[in-house]
Amino acid sequence: MGSLDGSPYVVAPKRKRHLFGRNPLGLLFSAPYLVFVLAVFAYPLGFAIYIAFHDYFFTAPGAVVSRPFVGLQNFIDAFTDPDVIRSFGNVGIFLIINVPLTVVFSLVLASGLNRAVHLKAFYRVAYYIPYLTASVAIVAVWLFLFNGSGLVNQILGPLAPNPSWLVNSSLAMPSIALFVTWKQMGFYILLYLAALQNVPNELYEAAATDGAGAIRKFFSVTVPGVRPATVLVLLVSTVTGANLFTEPYLLTNGGGPNGSSTSPVLLMYQKGIEQGHPDEASAIGVVLVILVLIIAWLQNRFAGGRD
Amino acid sequence: MQRRTRLIGAALVAVSMIGITACSSSGGSGSSNATTAKGPITIWYSNNEQEVAWGKQMVASWNASHPKEQVKGQEIPAGKTSEEVIGASITAGNSPCLVYNTAPSAVGQWVKQGGMVDLSKFSGGAQYIDSRSGSQASQYKDASGDYYQFPWKSNPVMIFYNKDLFAKAGLDPANPKLSTYADFLATSKTLVDSGVAPNAILPAPTSEFFQMSFDFYPLYAAETGGKQLVENGKSTFADTAGYDVANFWRSLYAQNLAGQEAYSGDAFADGKAAMAIVGPWAVSVYKGVNWGSVPVPTKDGTPASKTYTFSDAKNVGMFTACKNQGTAWDVLKYSTSKAQDQKFLEMTGQMPMRTNLSTTYASYFAKNPSYKLFGDQASRTVEVPSGSNTVAEMQAFRDEWSNSVIFGKGTVKSSLDAAATKINKLAAQK
Repeated sequence: MGSLDGSPYVVAPKRKRHLFGRNPLGLLFSAPYLVFVLAVFAYPLGFAIYIAFHDYFFTAPGAVVSRPFVGLQNFIDAFTDPDVIRSFGNVGIFLIINVPLTVVFSLVLASGLNRAVHLKAFYRVAYYIPYLTASVAIVAVWLFLFNGSGLVNQILGPLAPNPSWLVNSSLAMPSIALFVTWKQMGFYILLYLAALQNVPNELYEAAATDGAGAIRKFFSVTVPGVRPATVLVLLVSTVTGANLFTEPYLLTNGGGPNGSSTSPVLLMYQKGIEQGHPDEASAIGVVLVILVLIIAWLQNRFAGGRD
Repeated sequence: MQRRTRLIGAALVAVSMIGITACSSSGGSGSSNATTAKGPITIWYSNNEQEVAWGKQMVASWNASHPKEQVKGQEIPAGKTSEEVIGASITAGNSPCLVYNTAPSAVGQWVKQGGMVDLSKFSGGAQYIDSRSGSQASQYKDASGDYYQFPWKSNPVMIFYNKDLFAKAGLDPANPKLSTYADFLATSKTLVDSGVAPNAILPAPTSEFFQMSFDFYPLYAAETGGKQLVENGKSTFADTAGYDVANFWRSLYAQNLAGQEAYSGDAFADGKAAMAIVGPWAVSVYKGVNWGSVPVPTKDGTPASKTYTFSDAKNVGMFTACKNQGTAWDVLKYSTSKAQDQKFLEMTGQMPMRTNLSTTYASYFAKNPSYKLFGDQASRTVEVPSGSNTVAEMQAFRDEWSNSVIFGKGTVKSSLDAAATKINKLAAQK
């Protein structure tokens, strides 16, 4: 037998299959990270799912207790609590304010910093310092600024809100969103600065030749040029925002006023650690993870383009 | 490639399941002769300066005469709260033998976790506790009547007032009118209107579960002659006394006599509030203030000698991770002896939970007359309810309180009724 053109078939040599692929050494090199992912991500996630479907509480080693499978009961208990529903609404408000502000300001500031000639290092450090500083320390400064008799209200005088920012149920969560936006900005600016290095200068020159001004160049060259970084910023700011805990815990003293800044993670802490109901806390966590995954998928779908 | 992905996926699932299986299994309990075992032990005590000093001298004194049963004392490791640290240590199995700072609100959970030793099981255990603390000790028994915590010391909550600010506002600092709700409100209004302080009183208006112990609970205990938040598995506070207490506090907030915003420091010590509602542990913080103290107010002005309040007690817990529980029990008895209690009183100003405290340590109260009232009040204190859902019950109460009392939304009655419904449900759970 031969091929249609008469030439003999060329039989490809049978590839020898290895248990660990063609490059087992690669697996060895990636093993430390794989172990890390298993230990700090896969195992806790699997365990959290297990806890969410059982009547579970933490025990001393050796304690004999029953932890029966309870189906969806923990989810029902959690999501028939109006405080839990409200906390998801609160974090929704947070994300609606925080994520767009983060993307817009960090891109604009990174573009400005990229073109800055003088004091470049100073500005970069200035934006990055809040990100590096512990929230506990910065919260004290914000309390000084935004409490009833704080600096901001003194400057605003009669225009100051009453009740003040952090004890005003309409303003507490927006205040936290602004705080987090400002604190995290340095990190996202760095991401954009790195992305801007990959935008070819020729594109700006070509746009200028075609008569584009600074604003046109920003929207037609910079924004599309850093799209992968924008997707990353969207994802990271959404994930970190959904995990909001420290700020409502410290800035508004446990999700106040009157629960208007309570986040799902703060409730998980209260229910899981303080009140000894990790099963209900895990149910909240599992739903939170699913919602974040949906949002992340939507962001990737609509902001990520075809890349 | 697909095969490798499947392999890695299978490994992930396998490791997760191994972990899950490991976590869901349970072994046997600790050794049965642990309650009589003797040897070295570790204890934790609170990290405030006075209690550290007391703890160190107690440990040194014990160690000097017990070379084979040495005690290692240390401050409770840092964490958000002591309760979190202790809870984590129970799960990890590395709790010390004794902790001299257990909050009664958390003990029920730790018992459920299998982390606490039943002190009633020691020979003469319950008898020793009853003889030291009298009838008050019964508040610290669990549902089955056992002692999983040793009633150690209380900080009966009272009203501290700044004598200088009272005088400045034209009020009599020797006889402040603070015994009835009406008097308290009138005095508060005078203080704020005169501008001596921006707040008459400023209990933390924040959402943490334990804050109810420093606004509602002392006044409720006083108004009811010593009722607990939950009795016989049912909440008690959705009644006239509870509504009266809540309406009193709501008036303070509504008239801007108490602030809705937390103060970062200590408002009383810094002169931002003319009064504080706290126990005698705070005396060392108020060194710079010319203070006086009175019992918490009631609607009709209960005499001081009959007024109840919240205990703000901290107890001693023995943990199942302890290998030498025999020594731990001996140390516990030694550290709560009459002599060590006297040292504790002298060094910290906090009240050992003993019967006849005022007469047992009469010389101390004679030398320190400002503590006399606390010594007397210590015999009429109320504790938080027992059980594994105490913290959840207190949080449910606090959430409703914040809504109607601090922020004035809805009616006090409807919010207290809603809290009572939630708490009844929680109290019914095991």
